[in-house]
Amino acid sequence: MSTRQTRVLGRVLTAPSVGLLFVWMIVPLAMTIYFSTLRYNLLNPGTEDFIGLENYVYFLTDPAFLASLRNTLVLVGSVLLITVVLGTGVALLIDQPIFGRNIVRLLVIAPFFVMPTVSALVWKNLLMHPVSGLFAWIATSLGLRPIDWFAEMPLFSIILIVSWQWLPFASLILLTALQSLDEEQKEAAEMDGAKAFSTFFYITLPHLARPITVVILIETIFLLTVFAEIFVTTGGGPGLQTTNIAFLIYSQALIQYDVGGASAGGLVAVVLANIVAMFLVRMVGKNLET
Amino acid sequence: MGSITLDGVRKTFGSVNVIPNVNLEIDDGSFVVFVGPSGCGKSTLLRLIAGLEDISDGRILIDGRDVTNVPPAKRGLSMVFQSYALYPHMSVRGNIGFGLKMAGLPKAEIDRKVEGAASILNLTPYLDRKPRELSGGQRQRVAIGRAIVREPEGFLFDEPLSNLDAALRVNMRLEIAKLQKDLATTAVYVTHDQVEAMTMADKIVVLNAGNVEQYGTPLELYERPANLFVAGFIGSPRMNFIGGRIASAHGAATIGIRPEHLRVAREEGGQGEGWSGVISVAEHLGSDTFLYVDAGEAGTLTARVIGELGLNEGGRVTLKPDPAHIHRFDQTGKAIRP
Ligand SMILES: Nc1ncnc2c1ncn2[C@@H]1O[C@H](COP(=O)(O)OP(=O)(O)OP(=O)(O)O)[C@@H](O)[C@H]1O
Ligand SMILES: [Mg+2]
Repeated sequence: MSTRQTRVLGRVLTAPSVGLLFVWMIVPLAMTIYFSTLRYNLLNPGTEDFIGLENYVYFLTDPAFLASLRNTLVLVGSVLLITVVLGTGVALLIDQPIFGRNIVRLLVIAPFFVMPTVSALVWKNLLMHPVSGLFAWIATSLGLRPIDWFAEMPLFSIILIVSWQWLPFASLILLTALQSLDEEQKEAAEMDGAKAFSTFFYITLPHLARPITVVILIETIFLLTVFAEIFVTTGGGPGLQTTNIAFLIYSQALIQYDVGGASAGGLVAVVLANIVAMFLVRMVGKNLET
Repeated sequence: MGSITLDGVRKTFGSVNVIPNVNLEIDDGSFVVFVGPSGCGKSTLLRLIAGLEDISDGRILIDGRDVTNVPPAKRGLSMVFQSYALYPHMSVRGNIGFGLKMAGLPKAEIDRKVEGAASILNLTPYLDRKPRELSGGQRQRVAIGRAIVREPEGFLFDEPLSNLDAALRVNMRLEIAKLQKDLATTAVYVTHDQVEAMTMADKIVVLNAGNVEQYGTPLELYERPANLFVAGFIGSPRMNFIGGRIASAHGAATIGIRPEHLRVAREEGGQGEGWSGVISVAEHLGSDTFLYVDAGEAGTLTARVIGELGLNEGGRVTLKPDPAHIHRFDQTGKAIRP
């Protein structure tokens, strides 16, 4: 895209898709903004009238909002931490020339292909079930009291499930990054007397800085909207303990039938996501410069 | 303090025997160059000395100490890689000082040594830059700085100049040779460029398929090649080889004459042995002219003429070998010495 001609050509050729994407985005956004200013409850059809910002005031002052905001941040932060740390470890492991490496890699990647609803069901009924779950069986065979995961540590259970789903993604990205690390650099470090830990700390980790930021960026976008796992397992409870913003909006719209309130919540979520994204882009931008 | 001895060193990768058996004695303070065609095992041999690969059999001694099972960092050698292998996220200062930092030296001393090395290599203005902000030649210097700052017993170079342009290469060649003489540190240098080999080396090791074909000073190799391989490998343009009846007349299976030892005459006949033929290609370099002559029974011969003779394609010439510089080889390719 260096000459003027190619730039103009580029614009002309991208115009249709940019236009389509713009319409695709702007129509729902405009409608959401419109709905968010109405008193619009599905239980009382025909009574929609304009109420200004009242829906926002209602949503933001709702104690459930702060609780779910906190849950969202805890969920996103914990999953990011777990997947990046473990993902680096897994990537380092499956980068080693071990026996059956290809099969191991395939198995590591497998969870990513399982639908969130399915994996949540598997975790709920086969692994974490307090009576018939695998964890309960392990606990009882060791003579311990089985944990009722979703009652005793609901948010942690959700974090566990979501982390399990996103670990392959992080591992995969970091593995490809590891494979692009120049072998001679590691050998130079070896000649310089760096031990395994120093090599990791001074050579490998700086090399991974960029892919890690990419993992964080992409995962955050999806983790802000985790829904299926919560819906299938805890339904946001007990109380509000596992309700995140996405689930709160859902419950507003389809449990309380309050379309106006849900629209306002959706817009708040958009603003939140943009704030987070702004921070991330700053961070990534700084890292991508190198 | 830095002699290197290879004693029956063998290296196999799986079932491939890359280095069958190498015995070599590298004197302290000397500059030894490994040359050979691509894939002959030069890098492998260097990496065995460095300790980056395990040897399959034999021993490596540095300064009389058996280092066969000693890790690379403890062998007292430092290496300059072909790709330089600089640490991209560290400054020049960090790159040069990394080995010292790993050795646990105090910061003040690291700084002092890094600055010393940088001033030798004219890198002082660039100490706080990242490798990507440097030119190829400067990166090369940083890689060398990283090697000298540890004050090793020996340097290992794996084709360090192959990524530089021709002019810079000549420059760096001189600098490396001078630096090595100043520091009086043993150096092992891998290259496939025979000009580098001839100009830099105290001694050259010619490798072929993992075997040492000859080990000697550059002039020994040029004047008294031990066999056909060395004769053909050292010297540019290549030595002419003539077999058949002409060689038998000299009591050899093959005779070799370097292009610069063929005298070019325009007239036919004359005294002594000579082969006449037609010039198929003439390369005019200004200072020299290379003539490729179809000389009938003797085959295609290359002759080198100093300066310009005004000879061109299609001209008839007679090539007369200098009898003192005819190399004779027996059936197995070994040189026949009187
Ligand atoms: N890790 C390896 N596994 C298997 N074979 C190898 C390995 N490393 C090198 N070889 C083989 O060993 C031989 C020598 O390789 P080496 O890299 O030493 O060649 P070289 O002389 O340095 O060549 P070049 O001038 O092209 O760098 C080659 O035939 C190569 O295929
Ligand atoms: Mg090589």
